[in-house]
Amino acid sequence: MKQLLILSGKGGTGKTTIASAFIKLADAKAYADCDVDAPNLHLITGWKVEPAKTDYYGLPKAEINLELCIECDQCRQNCRFNAIKVEPHYKVDPFACEGCGVCEYVCPVEAITMIPAVAGELMLYSDGEKAFSTAQLQMGSGTSGMLVTEGKKQMKAATVDTELAIIDGSPGIGCPVIASLSGVDMVLIVAEPSISGISDMERVIKTAAKFGTKTAVCINKYDTNIENTEKIEEFCKKQGLPFIGRIPFDLGAVKAINNGQTIVDIDCTSGTVVKEVYHKTMNLLFEKGGG
Amino acid sequence: MRIAVLSGKGGTGKTLVSVNLAAAAKASTYIDCDVEEPNGHLFFKPEGVQVEEISVKIPKVDHELCNGCRKCVEFCSFNALAYIKNKLIVFDDVCHSCGGCILVCPESALTEKAKVIGKIKKGVSGEVVVWTGVLNTGEATGIPIIKKLLNADNPQGDQLIFIDCPPGSACIVMESIKDADYCVLVAEPTLFGVHNLGMVYELVKLFNKPFGVVLNKCLEGENPAEKFCLEKNIKILGRIPFDNELGTLNSNAEIAVNKNEKYRELFSSLLNTVTKEVQHETTTNP
Repeated sequence: MKQLLILSGKGGTGKTTIASAFIKLADAKAYADCDVDAPNLHLITGWKVEPAKTDYYGLPKAEINLELCIECDQCRQNCRFNAIKVEPHYKVDPFACEGCGVCEYVCPVEAITMIPAVAGELMLYSDGEKAFSTAQLQMGSGTSGMLVTEGKKQMKAATVDTELAIIDGSPGIGCPVIASLSGVDMVLIVAEPSISGISDMERVIKTAAKFGTKTAVCINKYDTNIENTEKIEEFCKKQGLPFIGRIPFDLGAVKAINNGQTIVDIDCTSGTVVKEVYHKTMNLLFEKGGG
Repeated sequence: MRIAVLSGKGGTGKTLVSVNLAAAAKASTYIDCDVEEPNGHLFFKPEGVQVEEISVKIPKVDHELCNGCRKCVEFCSFNALAYIKNKLIVFDDVCHSCGGCILVCPESALTEKAKVIGKIKKGVSGEVVVWTGVLNTGEATGIPIIKKLLNADNPQGDQLIFIDCPPGSACIVMESIKDADYCVLVAEPTLFGVHNLGMVYELVKLFNKPFGVVLNKCLEGENPAEKFCLEKNIKILGRIPFDNELGTLNSNAEIAVNKNEKYRELFSSLLNTVTKEVQHETTTNP
């Protein structure tokens, strides 16, 4: 199975719009939403069935038993995350606690226990033929990288024998992006022709390069700034990155999304161009000697 | 007064709003907490930039002292240590710097060394003090950089501090809004925009932050984000129209307020509304 990951660096450039169009065009049997902070792919993939839901446990959270606590302050002094508060009794701030277990270790009276904590939810849509794995991190939670890894595992476990998996990534370059990059065969970057978009694109390309993943670039809303579009194409040429298409700004795309449709479900200019981008992507993904 | 600008979804206009509010406020501070993809500095082009490297502590092994007991490996919740082929190996990238391995080592074979993960930069653009955090590529978490940015020696009292947050609603966003006096949520009129607005709405409620919404990229006709605000009885602070000229200025990293009187008025009026809201909140819920 070849895995295609869609990234952008900057948010809002059109990752999900393009991922959903690709899923439709490929009639993909396996796909996942790895933007566990703000997942949206489920809104336009048209599943009528309810997903199977599983709680996702991140790392445990410390809890202090006040009946045993002798207020020696060891836990507070050793916690690197400022998660131990004294107000006026000793208490753990569950949002600051990263689950390392240092407080439990240093407590001389065994007043601290690490309690398993739900940090999100995994959802699997499946009809025996297709599988769509998505997940939602709990508000303010950490460990999003681990949830991304679980989401990808869930997709693989639910799929039998398919050539292609499409993964919608998250913005940024941090832990969820790094977790989504591991094991994929190719990254498609959806760039936006703005100074911010270019800066963010360069940073995510650098991040993907650390994994040695094959990377191609397309531009969305290219006609909103032709000068910057040309800068991006020039950058790709210099870096030796395949540049595979200019998708125009299209109010039709907004309309499609707001109706819960993909841009290839309706007749619109961005939908027409995205088909070419799709074919070029598939050629690169499946080319001999690639991946 | 600290005003955090956040959105859930990326690309809704957090940087547009926070940069232009800071520019409209004149003497103010702008802090870019989107350390994975910082963009505010591209607009402000700050001068006199001072750079400070940010590092975290990671374990360093003295292989002479290590007796292979694996206590550290068993303790580490983050799987950052492994004992392979009679040698203790540290995986720097997944280490959370909790210091646990050093505490549990019976041979004192582990000490700490600093590892640079990024930097913070401080500069000035007109009357605006511009802080930027930059995470090095390949690093997993920018939280230590955000902590440093927000603990920096910033003006207290009435001077406005604008905090440009990362997208999403995970730990990095929580860290960015933790000490904010007020949150401005920027929403775009799409199905995705509304879904993610719903998520940050839950986040600011969870942290008991006073907040209001700015509707960006407003088009004629129905606005699903506006509908959401009306249903939930959320204060709408202002509306920014979908506008090619504004879009072009923004895509060229120009500060709209400094380029066109029309936008100066738009953002000054938004600033006025936000300031009133913040003052109202700080007097009623100090």
